[in-house]
Amino acid sequence: MSFPWARHYEPKAPFMRWLDEKLPLPRLVYNAIGAGYPVPRNLNYWWNFGVLAGFCLVLQIVTGVILAMHYAANATIAFDSTEHIMRDVNWGWLIRYAHMNGASAFFAVLYIHLFRGFFYGSYKAPREMVWLLGVTIFLLTMATGFMGYVLPWGQMSFWGAKVITGFFGAIPLVGEPLQMWLLGGYAPDNAALNRFFSLHFLLPFVIAAVVILHIWALHIPGSSNPTGVEVKDESDTVPFHPYYTAKDGFGLGVFLIIYCLFVFFMPNALGHADNYIPANPIATPAEIVPEWYFWPYYAILRAFTVDFHIPFTEFIIIPAKLLGVMAMFLSILVWFFMPWLDRSPVRSGHYRPTFRKYFWVLVIDLLVLGYCGGKPAEEPYVMLGQLAAAYYFLHFLVILPLVSSFERPESLPFSITEAVLGSDKKAVLGENTSPAT
Amino acid sequence: MVRIIGFFVGLFFGVMALWAFGIGLYTQLTSPPEKTAASVFHRQPRELHLSSDGWFGHWGEKDYAQLQRGFQVYKEVCSACHSLNHVAFRDLTEIGYSDAEVKAIAAGFMVPGIDPDTGESTLRPGTPTDYFPKPFANDVAARAANHNAIPPDLSLITKARDGGAAYVYSLITGFQSMSPDVKKEFPDFDTPPGLYYNPYFANLNLAMPPPLTSNGQVQYKDGTNPTVDQMARDVAAFLVWTAEPSLSKRHQVGWPVLGFLLFATILAYLAKKQIWAENKQEFAEEVRRPARRKAA
Repeated sequence: MSFPWARHYEPKAPFMRWLDEKLPLPRLVYNAIGAGYPVPRNLNYWWNFGVLAGFCLVLQIVTGVILAMHYAANATIAFDSTEHIMRDVNWGWLIRYAHMNGASAFFAVLYIHLFRGFFYGSYKAPREMVWLLGVTIFLLTMATGFMGYVLPWGQMSFWGAKVITGFFGAIPLVGEPLQMWLLGGYAPDNAALNRFFSLHFLLPFVIAAVVILHIWALHIPGSSNPTGVEVKDESDTVPFHPYYTAKDGFGLGVFLIIYCLFVFFMPNALGHADNYIPANPIATPAEIVPEWYFWPYYAILRAFTVDFHIPFTEFIIIPAKLLGVMAMFLSILVWFFMPWLDRSPVRSGHYRPTFRKYFWVLVIDLLVLGYCGGKPAEEPYVMLGQLAAAYYFLHFLVILPLVSSFERPESLPFSITEAVLGSDKKAVLGENTSPAT
Repeated sequence: MVRIIGFFVGLFFGVMALWAFGIGLYTQLTSPPEKTAASVFHRQPRELHLSSDGWFGHWGEKDYAQLQRGFQVYKEVCSACHSLNHVAFRDLTEIGYSDAEVKAIAAGFMVPGIDPDTGESTLRPGTPTDYFPKPFANDVAARAANHNAIPPDLSLITKARDGGAAYVYSLITGFQSMSPDVKKEFPDFDTPPGLYYNPYFANLNLAMPPPLTSNGQVQYKDGTNPTVDQMARDVAAFLVWTAEPSLSKRHQVGWPVLGFLLFATILAYLAKKQIWAENKQEFAEEVRRPARRKAA
């Protein structure tokens, strides 16, 4: 599962030789993230975010397990137990703020990782499986993040849970019984809180398992790179260790500085004040807003305000609520189809002039959706969100396939080596015109 | 096939969103939403500066006097209606009270207990490990005494409201008679009997009567002039402390952590630079050696 010039693990110490014969775990690590994994030499800093996402997952699991030692998943005392962590547990405030802001950091990193994939065409053959597993991880992380936000049992926890589980109520026929079965009641209460806690504890380990598959699938074709040109020769790659461990180490430092600025100096900046009010089923907050990382999808949900009905009749085919829920799920599910929607043989946006423009429109579109989703459901935010939502679907399902058919890509470098050095002497001399076998 | 199905699905959702936009725009143009008194006359909190502000902010010994004055205001005024559920008497040592003083303060409150002889519910003097007692036995009693509104718990109030301490300070000092402009623009708007007009409150009508009504309402022991404004500032400061007793520690720990990370990151950058510099040189030489691979 690697290039022929990949270095081989040769244990020197007697103990490591003994271990390698019985359980080749060090060999696995060596081949996965050590010197045994040849990586394109031209990766830029956008390639740091995979490792950072892995770091965030570990961070969330470690802080989360400690929080679970002190948290009580019971609707009558959940809020108080969270405050107990903040006040009476030694360094509890640090663990809790680290976990709260760790979720935001995780999503920020995932979004950058995702958009790096969009720009550089990381979803294209032969890396479709890496991409599919990545989108799966994103969905699982969304579910975990949502359920985690419910646990402190503040006002936004409760009403957020009510709104999100209300989506199931929009499903025709089985919706309402399904919603009640999922919640264990008519509204979120102790039953719902308990199962959310149980799943919030379980899902990170499921994510960790899918992350292992994600990395495994990545190691078969090897990492992509900013040119999108596949590795041809040994001169195109460097061993992961020490080159990318060093680069990731620096990236991790920068990430930790930004993360700690939030944890220590503005821990509540990304949260909503209402979540410091205990959950109250009979007092609806002035506005119900999810966490910032869900804002774009919340804007899409709210954009569909009109029933789909047969014109000039009252016969409704899809009610607006269901349409919004469908659109919201579709807005992420559509990513699964990226490898087949974008048929351009060129991977990297660097060499795709038309695609590149629409990519940046998509970035702005998502920011606009996020802005609208975080605002109250009033004008002009809803209308702005509707325009942005329309573009979102047209971008992925209409524009992208058309662009990939009609675009004339710019000329690609012959190899990664040429892209780095400006010229590939071996290629020029004709010594290496066929890819290494 | 994926592309053909996707094309129509994309068109469908795109068109539906645009259609909804069109109908929204038409509604906006034909019947724009009417303004409400709250949307026009609601005011943002006034400015309030406290020692805890900013990234270097913390409660030092010089601030204990203010926090203790704020506690006195809470104890003598606010605690009649507002609970302080998450704060225990023992916590007061953090704002400069000695153990003996805390014991005396706790003993001054009657907390629910159990009579050791009969097992019946009773009231006993508090001890430092007790939490501040609630002013009302339950929500029904709280509603009955307060025009059907439950006075919120104050432990977290500065974190639970946008504007934080500034909001608390503005609200307490913001009671006023309704400006005639309100009536002029919104003849239907009224402050029902039992409610009080306050432009810093979201819907302008607040069930809480003005808590601080006259200068000198609380007699400060440290000689500070107890104006309404001063009392409001002090209690807002106290409530910042109750909302997050760990705030000072958080800021104080944060700086060394940042310093360490900055140092480590610079080292990591230099290490990265050195490792890649060696490689670049070798790389350029190796690639320019034409027959290398064949010879191997």
